[in-house]
Amino acid sequence: MNGSNDARRRGWYVLLLAPFVGLLFPGWYATKSPELWGIPFFYWYQFAWVIAAALITALVYVLTRARDSEDRS
Amino acid sequence: MTVPHNTDAVALTIFVVLFAAVAFMGFIAARWRRGDLNVLDEWGLAGRRFGSVVTWFLLGGDLYTAYTFIAVPALVYGSGAAGFFALPYTIIMYPFVFVVMPRLWAVAHKHRYVTPADFVRGRYGSRGLATATAFTGILATMPYIALQLVGIQVVLGALGVHGDWPLIIAFAVLAAYTYQSGLRAPALIALVKDALIYITIIVAVIYIPSKVGGFGHIFDAAEKALPGHTTPTGKPGAFLPGTAAAQQAYATLALGSALALFLYPHSVTGVLSSESAQVIRRNSVVLPAYTFLLGLIALLGYMTIAAGITPSNPNYAVPDLFVHFFPSWFTGVAFAAIAVGALVPAAIMSIAAANLFTRNLWKEFVRPDMTGRQEATVAKLASLVVKVGALLFIILLPNKYSIDLQLLGGVWILQTLPSIVIGLYTRWFHRWALLIGWAVGMGIGTWMAADMDFKTSVYPLNLFGWHFSAYAAVFALVANLIVSVALTLVLKLVGARDSAEDETRPEDYSEFRRRPARPTAGLAH
Repeated sequence: MNGSNDARRRGWYVLLLAPFVGLLFPGWYATKSPELWGIPFFYWYQFAWVIAAALITALVYVLTRARDSEDRS
Repeated sequence: MTVPHNTDAVALTIFVVLFAAVAFMGFIAARWRRGDLNVLDEWGLAGRRFGSVVTWFLLGGDLYTAYTFIAVPALVYGSGAAGFFALPYTIIMYPFVFVVMPRLWAVAHKHRYVTPADFVRGRYGSRGLATATAFTGILATMPYIALQLVGIQVVLGALGVHGDWPLIIAFAVLAAYTYQSGLRAPALIALVKDALIYITIIVAVIYIPSKVGGFGHIFDAAEKALPGHTTPTGKPGAFLPGTAAAQQAYATLALGSALALFLYPHSVTGVLSSESAQVIRRNSVVLPAYTFLLGLIALLGYMTIAAGITPSNPNYAVPDLFVHFFPSWFTGVAFAAIAVGALVPAAIMSIAAANLFTRNLWKEFVRPDMTGRQEATVAKLASLVVKVGALLFIILLPNKYSIDLQLLGGVWILQTLPSIVIGLYTRWFHRWALLIGWAVGMGIGTWMAADMDFKTSVYPLNLFGWHFSAYAAVFALVANLIVSVALTLVLKLVGARDSAEDETRPEDYSEFRRRPARPTAGLAH
């Protein structure tokens, strides 16, 4: 394993900032509409982020892990 | 309507049977993945051998505590949207954990660190900074343990059981099996706890809405009722965080709490007991399942409103809801889930506090020549002392003190972020600068919380005509960082050398390094 390879992998970490941007400005989502199945936007939006953030983290996990085989060869 | 707290024989029997079964598991856990429990690495970290699945249950049980299950819906019931900050908090926490904690695992594995203060000691070669880290950890953890007792107290109260004896018995059992089995006990019990919690919550969020007229009605009822509720600061509840101050508080509470949770010693214990950095990365992907569950639990607060139940105290929002809607036997299951949910984190917290005391206070100042065996003995005894202390705190003092102290605990623990988290990336900071920054952060955070009479951890700052309401821990951290940076610059300018040795090397931190390659690696040829 070499340093530049690690640096390239850490580049994917930028994706992990998305949940911070999506959630740390409640002014953007503190509204009632659009409702989803009777649930106000403020509430379902945050539930949706639970799933979105987990998927993004999973993606970064796969992207940073896939390169292990290169390191070993 | 109010829900009476009568003694219910069926619910109580189920509760006691489940509780006893779990206690039995705690004792036999000593035989699970057998190791020499007379060594601190085995007693306090279960040999650092937990794989992805066990770590998932362990961290899930560790982070989402019984108190959370009681307090979050209580806050949502009383204050509305503000209580929902628990959701963004436990979402953004995991990307942070994904990036940072594998580094802590890697360096701790290499140097056999057991506690966060061990790392600080090794990284900065500073006794003072390590002691400050250990002291903060113990101080922040103690009231957290006490609050788990409050969780048990509330469900016992809803079952019509009052007095201190049931609580004393429950904690004596907990103390005994933690003493014997160490970290293996909560890890094994966490499996049962999570099964019970998942069943309870899934049933609750399907069954109760069908009884009160669906989610649409639940939100409508909450929107109508919340302006009539009173938050701890005396303001009316709010269905959406409408004002700028409410939104600033919401965002900073989420951010500050997310950064703080994994600095708590019990979280670090969970991280270090896993077998590889990969286990932590994988768990950052799957642990949000508990966050979804926590969001549903928060909604129970609104269901209590929609059902027209008026609990005597917001803490009873969920227990009263269950007693009202569930048949007796299922109420017993649900309450056992909450009580067992208190035992898992209480055990891990007491182990973590005991590890800190043993490694960073006792060994550092009293017996530097302790053998591994003596370390384990001291830690086991310390875990007992910690639990007795928490018990006395709850029995002798009003619960208000534990709640206030736990609120302060979050503010305090965040002040170790520069030494621990930034320390994982750079040794640029001067150790004295970090120590003084820590002291400043502790002081400002405590003062802000006291200034608000401990009713809230949100502080409305007015500085040069600029208004900003934020979590006191975040203000304190900013002050801490400014002081640490400024003093480091000054100390470097005047040429004060940071002569203390850093025993770690840059390659010790790589979160990508794997365990020795498995035989299948040969297939690449």
